[in-house]
Formats: sequence, structure tokens, C-alpha cells
Amino acid sequence: MELDYDLMRRKARVIRRHVIEMIGEAGSGHPGGSLSCADILAALYFGLMRLDPSAPDWADRDRFILSKGHAAPALYAALAERGFFPVDWLKTLRKLSSRLQGHPDMRKTPGVEASTGSLGQGLSFACGVALAGRLDGSERVTYVLLGDGECEEGQVWEAAMAASHYKLNRLVVFVDHNGLQIDGPVEKVLSPEPLEDKWKAFGWDVQRIDGHDVKTICGAVRSALESPWPRPHCIIADTVKGKGVSFMEGQVDWHGKAPNQEQVRMALKELAADEEK
Amino acid sequence: MRKNEVATREAYGQALVELGAEFPEIVVLDADLSKSTMTAKFAAAYPDRFFNMGIAEANMMGVAAGLAASGKIPFASTFAVFATGRAFDQVRQSIGYPGLNVKIAASHAGVTVGADGASHQSIEDIALMRTIPGMTVIVPADASETREACRAAVLHRGPVYLRLGRQPTPVLREKWGFQIGRATQLRDGTDVTIVACGVMVNVSLQAATLLEDEGISAEVLNMSTLKPLDITALLEAARRTGALVCAEEHSTIGGLGSAVSQYLASEYPVPVKCVGIRDSFGQSGSAAELMEFYGLTPQAVAKAAVEAVGMKRRK
Ligand SMILES: Cc1ncc(C[n+]2csc(CCOP(=O)(O)OP(=O)(O)O)c2C)c(N)n1
Ligand SMILES: [Mg+2]
Repeated sequence: MELDYDLMRRKARVIRRHVIEMIGEAGSGHPGGSLSCADILAALYFGLMRLDPSAPDWADRDRFILSKGHAAPALYAALAERGFFPVDWLKTLRKLSSRLQGHPDMRKTPGVEASTGSLGQGLSFACGVALAGRLDGSERVTYVLLGDGECEEGQVWEAAMAASHYKLNRLVVFVDHNGLQIDGPVEKVLSPEPLEDKWKAFGWDVQRIDGHDVKTICGAVRSALESPWPRPHCIIADTVKGKGVSFMEGQVDWHGKAPNQEQVRMALKELAADEEK
Repeated sequence: MRKNEVATREAYGQALVELGAEFPEIVVLDADLSKSTMTAKFAAAYPDRFFNMGIAEANMMGVAAGLAASGKIPFASTFAVFATGRAFDQVRQSIGYPGLNVKIAASHAGVTVGADGASHQSIEDIALMRTIPGMTVIVPADASETREACRAAVLHRGPVYLRLGRQPTPVLREKWGFQIGRATQLRDGTDVTIVACGVMVNVSLQAATLLEDEGISAEVLNMSTLKPLDITALLEAARRTGALVCAEEHSTIGGLGSAVSQYLASEYPVPVKCVGIRDSFGQSGSAAELMEFYGLTPQAVAKAAVEAVGMKRRK
């Protein structure tokens, strides 16, 4: 598999632009955590994952489960760009009768693998998907994206225990380690740190990387899947919440607030300038 | 245990083993209660398709959802109180919302759990499961109906909640011809209809005998599917007898009585009396003592029937 890092970088910028436009148009949504995971989604959907948008139900496809469902705009943007549905649909986000619900709905949106939104549930679901893959003798990989605040949910650790007990070595978890949740810094609200030690203690193979570098992201996944140990893989991806839009970066208030028209214009300008670099 | 008494959980365990041979897609999950829910039988027969998820019910429901999304037919078992209470949000969000093909088979429902007491006696599980859109809710009346209900659950695509008991109970029939959403008439009657589910079906049959001695002719319906409710059977019963009693081993809030009353109140109002647990938690005791204490007896059902008939005649 040839990996085209330039394509991934371009797509990450396109995803970010869509995120801003979609949330601006909808008038509500979660820009911060959608922007922080854009590079991970670009690496997955434009490099790592084996997919066929014309056959979204293909049994051996790799799966991606967005456990932090509030980052739905980023997922929808990636899916549209990858060809699962028309880019046109993006502007219907959060509107009545839209196929793009506020949080992912696997029955409404092609390419969405799990209905999420209630934090803490995606990893359990992914364990089931990975177990089924093993029962079917499939080599497919199940990817999951968790928030760092989400790691405060007890169910995440129930699932972490189960994944290592059942040696789900085709399961790759990313933690979007942006350091923020709703009420403030994760460290202040209820620290789940040290996350690396916790995942290791739960029997996982753990790496810590720069979550905005697509080449590093791809390298980490490759080395995880080549590992000889029968362990599930956790990649703690250091990210910046709101990444790519200067006035949103590292700002807790941009977790769940829509930009107004002027802010959309400013954000898009920054993201376009970024493109020229 | 008297002769010909079998617990519905026991029948569930056997049914799983039979169905497992026929349907390779069936996988079974349990949360460290496999010896009590009887999934241990399946585990022994098909160790590769059994997953003990440990004392982590929330995770178990999520894993079941993921397995179902990948084409398996998972049965997830634990006690009813944990399956529906502890893991409600997971059942709602991960299973119910996407309408995934998970069968939640929960044992030790109701006060007949006995000595373990209120912490283990689920009296609200039917109410919780009924509120989830698309969830089928089944409460079999005996062991043979349980066996048939398990097969029907496998053949049905979508989430199913199967409520099972701990205590051995009489086998009322060898064959039921169980179908999801179909009530079974067990006894003819013209004055009043007793609609029951689970262990209360047998109690209601005894109540009908008591009523006969008092010159009241009582029909008995086994409403083993609580959702979707057999509204055809209900309407016919209401027209035929004009008075109903609902009997369940569950809170009177949100269970069979609620479902039946709500339907009839809007479609064909007739007096409906509800026998069940009246807004209280259970307690320790033997199953028989608790049934007596909470008024889940033939006498209590018969008394409710007399009252319902009285209300009808007052008109
Ligand atoms: C079970 C549950 N509790 C609360 C919420 C509300 N909520 C939505 S996002 C969020 C914070 C998430 O923080 P984090 O996981 O760090 O995500 P990110 O920073 O990547 O946006 C909360 C509390 C929820 N969606 N689900
Ligand atoms: Mg965060």
C-alpha cells in the first residue's frame, strides 16, 4: 500500500474547512474536538483503511468507530470526501430529516459504523466488532477514536480489560489527547492521567505520538499492526483542541460553540492560507 | 422441586445449546453469572462462541452490539436487574437506537429471586425495556414457552428482551405455538378476562378456578409478548367480557397493566384492575412467601376480578 502523505495533509485541511462551514451553517456543534482529530481521520480514510465506498457493507472492510461522537462533523467530512455520499449533504448537518445527525447514526449515514454520542460506549462496540472479525477469520482492522476526557468513563476501562483479555490485536485505539473537555482542562476536571501507564497496565501496547503529523500517525499504526505481541494497541495522540484556527486553539470555550458568520470567514481564511504553505 | 416444574432460565440454557447447533451465528455473552443464567451449558458445548465479559455489564452490552453489527446473533445474559438497570444507557444507545440484533436474555427477574432481596429483584425491567423504540419484550409463562420464544427471538431480526425466572414453575403446556406479538387463550370465560404474563399465568389459572366456584366465568390470556402487545386479542377480550385484570410479577408502574390499560383506555374503555407490586422494593424471603406478601396470589387475582366485574355492572 503506497501512502500519499500530501493527499492526507490536503484532505485534513479540507476536512477542517468543512467542519467550520458545517457547524457555522448548523448554528451549533463541536468545532474544538472535530478540528483536533482531523489529521487522524485524514490518515485513516486517505491512507490506512481498506474501504470501498461503493460497497459500504463489504464484510472485510476496516472499521472506524468514532466513540467521541460529538466530533461527527469531522467524520462526515472525511466520509463525504472519501466518496461515501455527496459533499452536498454536509450542509444539512443537524437539520430536520437530515441523514447527518448531530451525533453519528449508523442507520442514517453511509460509512458510519456505530451510533455514538453517549461517551464511553464506542470501545465496547469495537471489541464486539473485533471479536466478530476474529470469529470470521478476517484480517480486518477495527479503529476507535476516544477523547481524553472520555477516558473518565468507567466503561472505557471495562472495555480495555476485555480487549486485552481476548487479545484483540487487530484493534487500534487513538486517544485524542487535546487536554480539554467541557468544564476545563482534563487535568483539572478529573484527571485520567497518567494515560500511558493506565493503558499499559490494562495490557495494551501503547505509543505516544504527535497527533497532527500524518506520517507519524501512519507509522504508529503500521508498527502497531506489525507488532508480534497479541495485544490491542493504544496510540495516545497529542493534539491541540481547535487545531488550525488560531482563535479556537487551546480554548475550552470552543468545545461546543458554533462560530458566527464573521468567525467562519476568519477561520476559513486561515485554513486557506494554510493551504498555500 | 416438584415433578414437572422447570425454571424458565433452565429452559433457556437448554434452548441455547439446541439453537447453537443450528445457528452458527449465535454467540453468547455473560457477566460472571453463567451458572445462574444457565449460559454455562452453551459455554460447555461451544467454548469458542461463548465470551465471559466479567462483572462489567455495560461493556457486555456494547460488545454484543458490535458483534450484532458484524452479523452475529449475540445473546447477552445476566440478572434482569443488571441487564436493564446497570446497563440501561448501553442498551438504549448501543443496541436500541441502531436497532441491532441483540437478544438480552435476563434471568432472576421479579421477587421470586427470593432470599437475595431487593437489590437482586428486578421489578422495573419490563417498564425500562418497553420504553426503548423497536425493542421486543417477551415474558414466557413456562419452560416450554421459553424454548419456543428463544427460537422466535433468533428468527426475529432486531433487539429482544427475554425475561426469565429463577424459580422452577409448572410446565403448563408441552407446545404453545409461540409467536411474537400473539397472546394465547388458556381458558374460556364470559364475565372477566385475566391477562397475565410469566409466573402469574399459572396463578391466574388458579384464580379462574376459584372464581368458577363463585359463579364467575373467567377467561385467561397469556400475554407473553408485552411489546408489541397483541391488541387484537385485547380488543376481542374487552368486547367479549367487558372487564379485565392484569397480573404480573413486576411493578404496577410501567409493566403489563400499564400497557393494557393505556391501550384499552384509548380504544375500548372497560374496567381494568392491576395486580402486581405496588410501588415498593422487594425484600428477602422464600419465593412463595414473597408472592404471598406482595399479593401475587390466586386469591388476590380473584378478588381483583370480582371488583372488575362489579365495576362493569355498576354502569
Ligand atoms: C455519557 C456522556 N456524558 C456527557 C456527555 C456530554 N459531553 C459531550 S462532549 C464532552 C466532553 C468530551 O471531552 P473529550 O472526551 O476530551 O473530547 P474532545 O476534547 O476531544 O472534544 C461531554 C462531557 C456525553 N456526550 N456523554
Ligand atoms: Mg479532550
